[in-house]
Order: sequence, then structure tokens, then C-alpha cells
Amino acid sequence: MTTFKTKKNNRLPEISTASLPDIVFMLLFFFMVATVMRKDVLLIENELPYANQVEKLDKKDLVMNIYAGTPSSRYKLGSEARIQLNDKFANISDIKSFVLEERKLRIEALRPFLITSLKVDKNTKMGLVGDIKQELRAVNALKIPACRTGRYYTTKVGEAMDNLN
Amino acid sequence: MARRFAPSVNAGSMADIAFLLLIFFLVTTTIQTDYGISRKLPPLIDIPPEGRIKEKNLFRVEINQLNELLVEGAKMEISALKEAAIAFLDNGGGSEDLTCSYCQGEGDIKSSDNPDNAVISLSNSRETNYATYIAVQNELVAAYTQLRNREARRMYGISFVEMEENLKNPRYQRDWHVLKERIKKIQSMYPEKLSEAVPKHQY
Repeated sequence: MTTFKTKKNNRLPEISTASLPDIVFMLLFFFMVATVMRKDVLLIENELPYANQVEKLDKKDLVMNIYAGTPSSRYKLGSEARIQLNDKFANISDIKSFVLEERKLRIEALRPFLITSLKVDKNTKMGLVGDIKQELRAVNALKIPACRTGRYYTTKVGEAMDNLN
Repeated sequence: MARRFAPSVNAGSMADIAFLLLIFFLVTTTIQTDYGISRKLPPLIDIPPEGRIKEKNLFRVEINQLNELLVEGAKMEISALKEAAIAFLDNGGGSEDLTCSYCQGEGDIKSSDNPDNAVISLSNSRETNYATYIAVQNELVAAYTQLRNREARRMYGISFVEMEENLKNPRYQRDWHVLKERIKKIQSMYPEKLSEAVPKHQY
């Protein structure tokens, strides 16, 4: 009766791995999107000093970074330490507008808890750091409650004595 | 003439390539967290608390332009600074209502009355190196931490650093308010009075 005699395949069919690349690509894209690369491109030398009495700065959305250090050699700007805000070199007088600008980017509820993180190269002279501090104090003196915030000297974790070598 | 089909490319190695990329990204991306010494900015105009500070309650730390550390006018190694600061803060030389009941220092009448009155004044030259400044800051903070740890262990059997870690830990089960009160108590026993004056005299 049967005209078509199908050859019975007794072996289990192979599991198709064709979708494996899709799965892996999905993971790949997830990691590519989720991992935050360094936010600012550094234009300066920025080797942080060591300290061991440190706290973790884990609330990243509250932190605004002020960088300082000597300009990288490829910019040929001499060896005088400079300030970097966001992606460009800045002057002391730009700090005030930078802080107020950063403040505006945050939602209202977070503004009182903003933290200024000073990422200063270890070979910088304190004169520049003092100027930054003075400028930040001036911002605080504007009586904007949102700016009365902490300040961090961001450091690497290590023994303080390592700084002196 | 038979039509020729292009042979299908085997996509089996696609997964390998994607895995390679995935592993590369997994390895290279570091989710970096920053660490730092926390400082509060002083107000623009320094108002000395309760009038003037007595000379004996003031611990002058100065870093000059050659990165040398001067404590009360005398040269000192940075490694010795912590001990000196502890000796000053923990001195407890006050009498009557200035007595410090928990201090374990020498009680020298020429040094600080009690930790609440003791002020450390840190000043630096414009030419001071930032790394040296951080090292000094670190040692001064370490002095406070060590004293607070000691008192916390004596009173609650747990160090101050651990108490602060517990406070941040969301899985900490026990009474959160008690812990907060205890931290406040320890902090008030050794309040961090570290004044950073703007350098007045320039070198």
C-alpha cells in the first residue's frame, strides 16, 4: 500500500547550534552597552597619590570630577599644571560655572548631596590645589544649598609613605 | 548548463569569534570605583569657634616649600606625625570642667585640654607637593581614626571603622538607630577639628 517508503532515521537529530552566535552576540552587546568606559578623556598626566584612610566613592551619579596635572606631552603645552573639566582644559575661573552646570544636570533630589572629587596628579604643586579649593569655597558662599557639599581628594589605596619615593 | 549556487559559508565559527570578543570585553572593562579622603570645605570666611583658640590647644602642622614637615615649628618625619597628633589629641591636660575622662594621654598642662578643644591647623606653601600634602592629611586622619577605634572598642567592643561599615551595609540586621547614635557619640568624643588655613605668609 505504501508507495513511499521513507527511510526511517533512527539517530537523534543533531541540536542546531545556529542560534549560539545570536546568544553570544546578545551577551556581547549587553556588556558593550552596560560597561561604562572612562567618562573623560584625560588630557593631563593623572597619577593619583596613595592613602589608606580612604572611603569608597560608590555613588557615581553624585560625583563631579575636577582633574589637574601637567598636560600630556603630546599637547606641547609646557609643564605648568593645568585644570581639566569635562573634556577640555580650563581656567580657575571656569570652576564656578562648571559646578553650577553639573548641578543642573542632576535631578532636584540629588543636588544637595553632590560631591566634588579632586583628581590631582601627585606631582602638582599645592598652589593650584589651593586655588581650586578657594574657588569651591566661593561657590559654597553663594548660599546655594545644593552646593554645600563634600569634597574628596581621590587617591589610590596604598601606604601614605609610598608617596615620598 | 546547470546553475551553480554559491556554496553556503559555514557559520559554525561565528560563535567562536563572538566568544572571543565577549571575553575581550569582559576582561578589559574594569568597573572602577574611586576611593578618596573625605574633607569638608570650610566656609569662605573663617570664624574661629568661640573666640580665640588657646595656643596650647592648637597643633600647628606646616609643610614648607621643600616638602618638609614642621610640627609646632620643629622638623619632623611624616612617619612620626601620627603618634605626635595622637599624643596631642589624647593629652587631656584640662582640669575642672575641661577634664577629659576617657583620655589616656600624659595630661601635660602645656598641651591640649581635651579632644573637643584640640584643633589641628594644617597649612602649606604654594610650592608644596600634592603627594606630600595627601600623605600628611592621611596621617592626621589616621590619628583620629585610631583614637576613635580605641574608644569604640572600649565602649562597644567593636572598632569605629567596623561600625561605619555596618552602617553602610544594607544587610545589617541589628538596630540601625542605636548604631547611628553610637557612631555620633564616638565622633563627638574625638571631633575632627582639622582647620586648613589658606596660606597667609607666602614664601
